[in-house]
Amino acid sequence: MAKEPEKKSLKNYVSNDDIGEDVRRELFRLQLECRHVEQKAYDLFLQNLIKGTSHLGLGQEAIAAGFGGAMKEGDYTFCTYRGHNHTLVRGASMTGVLGELMGRQCGLLGGKGGSMHLTSVEHGAMGSYAIIGAHLPIAIGAAWSAQYRKSDQVTVCFFGDGTTNIGAFHEALNMAQVWKLPVIFVCENNLYMEYTPISEVTAVENPAADRASAYGLESIIVDGNDADEVYRHAMAALEKAREGEGPSLIEAKTYRHSGHSRADPGDYRPDGELESWLKRDPLPMYRNRLLEFGLAEDEVVEMEEEVIKRVDEATEIAKSSPPPTEEVMATEVWADGSSTWRN
Amino acid sequence: MAELTYREAVADGIRQEMKRDESVVFLGEDIAAAGGVFKTTVGLLDEFGPIRVRDTPISEQAILGAAMGAAMTGLRPIAEIMFSDFLAVCWDIVANQMAKARYMTNGQISVPLVVRTANGGGSRFGAQHSQSVENWAMAIPGIKVVAPSSPADVKGLLAAAIRDDNPVLFFEQKSLYAVKGTVPDGEHIEELGKSKVIRQGSDVTIVALALMVPRALEAAERLQEIDGISATVVDVRSLVPLDTSTILSEVSRTGRMITVEENPRLCGWGAELSSIVAEELFFDLDGPIIRITSPHIPLASADHLEDMMIPSVDRIYEEIRKSMS
Ligand SMILES: Cc1ncc(C[n+]2csc(CCOP(=O)(O)OP(=O)(O)O)c2C)c(N)n1
Ligand SMILES: [Mg+2]
Repeated sequence: MAKEPEKKSLKNYVSNDDIGEDVRRELFRLQLECRHVEQKAYDLFLQNLIKGTSHLGLGQEAIAAGFGGAMKEGDYTFCTYRGHNHTLVRGASMTGVLGELMGRQCGLLGGKGGSMHLTSVEHGAMGSYAIIGAHLPIAIGAAWSAQYRKSDQVTVCFFGDGTTNIGAFHEALNMAQVWKLPVIFVCENNLYMEYTPISEVTAVENPAADRASAYGLESIIVDGNDADEVYRHAMAALEKAREGEGPSLIEAKTYRHSGHSRADPGDYRPDGELESWLKRDPLPMYRNRLLEFGLAEDEVVEMEEEVIKRVDEATEIAKSSPPPTEEVMATEVWADGSSTWRN
Repeated sequence: MAELTYREAVADGIRQEMKRDESVVFLGEDIAAAGGVFKTTVGLLDEFGPIRVRDTPISEQAILGAAMGAAMTGLRPIAEIMFSDFLAVCWDIVANQMAKARYMTNGQISVPLVVRTANGGGSRFGAQHSQSVENWAMAIPGIKVVAPSSPADVKGLLAAAIRDDNPVLFFEQKSLYAVKGTVPDGEHIEELGKSKVIRQGSDVTIVALALMVPRALEAAERLQEIDGISATVVDVRSLVPLDTSTILSEVSRTGRMITVEENPRLCGWGAELSSIVAEELFFDLDGPIIRITSPHIPLASADHLEDMMIPSVDRIYEEIRKSMS
């Protein structure tokens, strides 16, 4: 594809930077996938094709994408009920994600888990957890197992700012550091725990980073809306973990564009706050960066259209997938596949 | 046949399984260097080293969470929760996480782990260190619940629990730790989900668990000697899965069922069993089902009070005798 000469020279210059064009394209693609799947999820709510609750990650895509781009196959991720992004970036299918949200047979969990529990073990996405804090101790167990098996797998555990105030956070950080486990704790500080500003209920300014020293960890704060920044920190923490140097705690500052969950219009947010964060929307920011770094506009558009097309296709497949049948209702309680509790 | 205490059988069971399977690891508070606060795990650190036998901080959520995460990713952890009462501080990991991970993920996640814990009263420890909480666990779909009454069963059922691919809560009755019994030599493993008829009689079936088993047995002997009442005693051993086929066939033979439960009255396992018997054996019954339980009161500490609460041989004997006259 033809490019303007001066952009080409800029591209040659920046292709020697620490990230490079291939990774940047990948980070952009991952963010696009997250963004468009979440927007589709929102539309499907409005059409009443998605029931129950759902917690969108709109605005927080750069964090999942930055890690998704940096992690290796075989690494583990653990995330929260706000976990559509984190599951997608590991490679789970859009059909599986959207199908699960719609409660269809083609869903990742066959309709048994729903939006808050997306999991794709074959991609290392070890689950989405809906009880605040619970997955931090579970994540250290996966890291312990990797350490014991002498594999070089690293576990990345995502959670919110509100999660730093529950006991499990502190238990997990302490034990991870004492055991020098290959685990990375990623706090996505979106300024709110549900409807309450995190600053009103937290004794320190930076809910994760200011607690790091209590566990002998470095205090790390990153711009969670900049996928390159996230990627750099992810690479450093992953390397540290693989070299046996133990856990990291990273606080990524970000903002969610939608309400906490489906039912929440977000009225508690001060006027202008959302607008000011939309100016730092990770998607347009990253798009501009690609252009600055020499990618042609039509290449970017092509990437965008390709993702939108895939999301639309996945949506149609999921819509046409039938609901789960009665036969599967009582399977997979026990390891033998049954739900039998008596003879 | 070796003569072991219930306490020694714990370490023996763990040892047997750690020797045969590298993926078995063990973690908990004071379990390694100190050998356990009840001295149930003495010698394991020396034999298997600190990588496989790990002391933890006082972090029950981290202990069970780590066990679960390790189980999901290829290991077979055994986690100790020092007193079963402390399960309340990490109940999320039991009730919401390990019990549901397989179902919610439609079988993607497997959680082969064992949570061992010292359960029950008789040690004058008061209401926060003496509870029988097996019913808490029984109420949650997705966890197996085992409670042995003898050293041989401690070893055999613990081995089976470790090899099982599901999360198993293993309740050791702390007043039984000093009790001795014979344990088969060589590899010993029992099957989960099987009750055991330990005394055969014709007039009444007494169904008991853990500490209540030896007491029920003694009461049965007394009923025979003094009153000529011939009692069957069934050791339930496993609450989930529940061996209703053994229990129902014994109850149907004798026409009567008495449950002996250490737990407080409401929603004890005997209530579930009573409902099954009432639904399925109603026309075989010759008298009402009787539940003998602790009262619905937090357990008191003073020996005189605690002994009045937990079903004793005297009380079991008296209540059965009354119901049969
Ligand atoms: C133990 C527990 N308490 C409360 C809730 C209800 N709840 C769900 S999400 C949430 C807010 C969590 O905030 P944060 O950790 O910042 O994550 P975010 O939703 O912002 O991603 C709360 C209180 C819960 N799910 N679990
Ligand atoms: Mg938040």
